[in-house]
Amino acid sequence: MAKKNLSKQKKMDTRVNFTPMVDMMMLLITFFMLCTTLAKPQAMQLTMPSNDDNVQKEDKSVTKASHTITLYLGADDKVWYIAGLPNYEDPSCVKPTTYGSQGIRKVLTEHTTEEGVNPVAKIMMAKKELDAQKTAYNSKMTDAQYQEALSKLKKGELPNGEKVPTMTVIIRPLDTATYDNMVAALDEMLICSIDKYVIDKINDDDRELITKAGVK
Amino acid sequence: MAKVKIQKKDIWIDMTPMSDVMTLLLCFFMLTSTFLTPEPIKVNAPNSVSEVKVPEGDVLNILVSPEGKIFLGTENKNYMKAMMETMTDAFSLSLNPTQQKHFLEDAMVGAPMEKLAAYLSLEPEKMAEVIQTLGIPTDSINGKMSEFQMWVKAARDVNPDIKIAIKADSKTSYKAVKHMMSELQDMNENRYQLITNLKTASED
Repeated sequence: MAKKNLSKQKKMDTRVNFTPMVDMMMLLITFFMLCTTLAKPQAMQLTMPSNDDNVQKEDKSVTKASHTITLYLGADDKVWYIAGLPNYEDPSCVKPTTYGSQGIRKVLTEHTTEEGVNPVAKIMMAKKELDAQKTAYNSKMTDAQYQEALSKLKKGELPNGEKVPTMTVIIRPLDTATYDNMVAALDEMLICSIDKYVIDKINDDDRELITKAGVK
Repeated sequence: MAKVKIQKKDIWIDMTPMSDVMTLLLCFFMLTSTFLTPEPIKVNAPNSVSEVKVPEGDVLNILVSPEGKIFLGTENKNYMKAMMETMTDAFSLSLNPTQQKHFLEDAMVGAPMEKLAAYLSLEPEKMAEVIQTLGIPTDSINGKMSEFQMWVKAARDVNPDIKIAIKADSKTSYKAVKHMMSELQDMNENRYQLITNLKTASED
């Protein structure tokens, strides 16, 4: 009788349910995964000209007038541009435009140089093709090759052997502009693959010209 | 009639291996993740299409608030300590151990040297409020370097390869940024990383 009782003793189930724990772990992992990838901000490289006068004079290279565009960044998110070198006698050479694809980018891409080409449009087109090659499904292009091709493009050497002139953009933000405006302008340089750009200060001639043209 | 016996199957799934893997993953992410260091003021960086990440290694962060106040700091606490020592020596200031501890707990420097000791004597809760009204002065001292330039020089002395990252609010006036950058240019610091948020080119 006693023996029978012993054998009928209920077996305790020692298995623990892990499902809630796994649930929680999943949540935590998602949290950490999202946090780590989002926490790393982007950076934009910027090299400013040196304030040292000696260096500046040596490094100043002369570019053709039709290869130059000057941008004036003003108050209230407004922006003005001069295609070519500024003509300090004639304020009408300062034209208003806007930020974004319909503004500065259009001005840059539609700019025709004295050789009768639109270098920015051509370079942008070539860059698009290059990007397509890079992201193609069976692309074997390495990062180094891509960077090499890109730097060639920026120098104006198109893949079909054509050589286009490169543009030089002078960005002159006014004191009334915001930091956002400056970054937006730099951004357009990046989008348009313009290699030669500089952020410059406004000198007295500029100030007189833009005051006449109504820039503020 | 024979009884149809439906065999009861045990639907219990053993979750132990899964939770093992999960724990490993969790540990990995917890250890590798770098958390955002609390900044003295909230700064909304502007958007750009640049996909370049902030460089690894030592970075000197310069924060410019919408009002143009300047804060500066680096994540490496050893550098911060060395910078603090250089600066307190230059201004013949001595900080007691509590003040030094408070200095190192702060992510960024933001107090003028004349107010530094008083600021560091405050309670940590109070410090977070007070720092918002301060900022490193950029006025030159008797025609010599400004306090801001001295801090940057101190950081440069500690590590000659330190990179300068500028994080300014998108509403900061260009005047403030220009002033800060020309201070840096005077010291021949001409390469910066502008910290931005990612956006795509199609957005306008």
